[in-house]
Amino acid sequence: MAKENPSDNRYTREHEWVKVEGSIATMGITDVAQELLTDVVFVELPEIGKKAEQMKPLCVVESVKSASDVFAPVSGEVVEVNDELKNHPELVNQDAFNKGWMVKLKVKDKDEVNKLMTAEEYDSFTKES
Amino acid sequence: MLKETPLCSAHKALGAKMVEFGGWNMPVQYTNVIDEHNTTRSKAGLFDICHMGEFIISGIDAKSFLQRICLNDVEKLIPGKAQYSMLCNENGGVVDDIFIYMLKENEFMMVTNAGTFDKDHEWMLNHNPDGVEIKNISEKTSKLDLQGPLSEDILQKICVHDLSSLKRFFWATTTIEGVDCKVSRTGYTGEDGFEIYSDAACVERLWNKILETGKPLGLKPIGLGARDTLRLEACYSLYGHELSDSITPVEASLGWVVRDYKDFIGKEVILKQKKQGTKKINVAFEMVENAVPREHYPVQKNGATVGEVSSGSFSPSLRKGIGMAFIRTDLSEPGTEINIIIRGKPYLARIVKKPFYSR
Repeated sequence: MAKENPSDNRYTREHEWVKVEGSIATMGITDVAQELLTDVVFVELPEIGKKAEQMKPLCVVESVKSASDVFAPVSGEVVEVNDELKNHPELVNQDAFNKGWMVKLKVKDKDEVNKLMTAEEYDSFTKES
Repeated sequence: MLKETPLCSAHKALGAKMVEFGGWNMPVQYTNVIDEHNTTRSKAGLFDICHMGEFIISGIDAKSFLQRICLNDVEKLIPGKAQYSMLCNENGGVVDDIFIYMLKENEFMMVTNAGTFDKDHEWMLNHNPDGVEIKNISEKTSKLDLQGPLSEDILQKICVHDLSSLKRFFWATTTIEGVDCKVSRTGYTGEDGFEIYSDAACVERLWNKILETGKPLGLKPIGLGARDTLRLEACYSLYGHELSDSITPVEASLGWVVRDYKDFIGKEVILKQKKQGTKKINVAFEMVENAVPREHYPVQKNGATVGEVSSGSFSPSLRKGIGMAFIRTDLSEPGTEINIIIRGKPYLARIVKKPFYSR
């Protein structure tokens, strides 16, 4: 069973989570997503300074079987990436919402956040699909 | 409409994730690929391989028929022995890679890939001037693979035949849980193990009995995901990747299967290639940089494209990206540095000697 979706995050239909604190948005993939992928063996992270656009590819996660795009939940500039994932990609499986975070973005437009699903909405979205 | 093996509901009950493979609805994983891979390498794994095809080829001309369509030497077989071989077309392209079991004088079983079965059947019917009997027994024949270092210990508990006397590439008829089986010491994982053929109507009983017997020793059901990483580490070719109608055995680095002294379809091209070499050849490579190669990724040397990845994955045993690729023959020496182009960026890799893993 997937872990509970934290209520202070917002969620995308592509199974990314984002947590906005001030002007900084921290993002990763949800526990549902890591369960679907299983065994994450590599995460390709963007370069600092990259301008991300909402719902455009930002990272790539590789499981043993396949490579999958991870989309930017909001637009903004990449200010930090989780370097721990270079040597420990399994953190995405173990702790998707905390130690498995991928990128911090400087948010360009806070209104974009409101377009995303709340935890409650994401719960019902994943139950439907 | 996807075809299903008799074990489809058993897989679903075990929580398997199912995917399409060669027209069949097959389990890709039950837990996760790395766990299933490591279980097979360290203990044992049980695979549903019922999707593969089987023919019985019989008649007084059966041996000469097989001798003409197969690259390997059927004369080397005796009843109780099995052999890896290939069917090739006139251009030397591989119609399929197969296993031939000699059942008795004038009677053989051919085991084919799932996705190529109909094509193989047609190919044989079109190259059978002497009217050898080619009987399709696929539907009523089931196949389970038990692979890994504990395979013999597990199977011996429920099998009448003395398995310690069964050598690699030999097979025997025996009874398991009251079910008549053919058991061969063969496999596709790089581990010791067995392939077990029986009546499809009894396979679920067999599957459950083997799983139950092996469970205390760590046996698990294994999906096609781990089957692929296991065979890739052992550098076994997979049809549609390292082999196809337009790839020759020499290009696939499988020239050793070819017996030059006998006649077979495709001989002219293949022997010429063996003598003169080919422009491209299949090699194994490992990633030097941290990245995962995948099928069809370009291979470059000094910025120029010199090949293409035929199979690639993360290797659970080596904990890094590995693959096989067709590459310009002059760049195929082990130790040669190449670049694998992943999402437009070059990543350093190095050609290595096959295989990555042997027990």
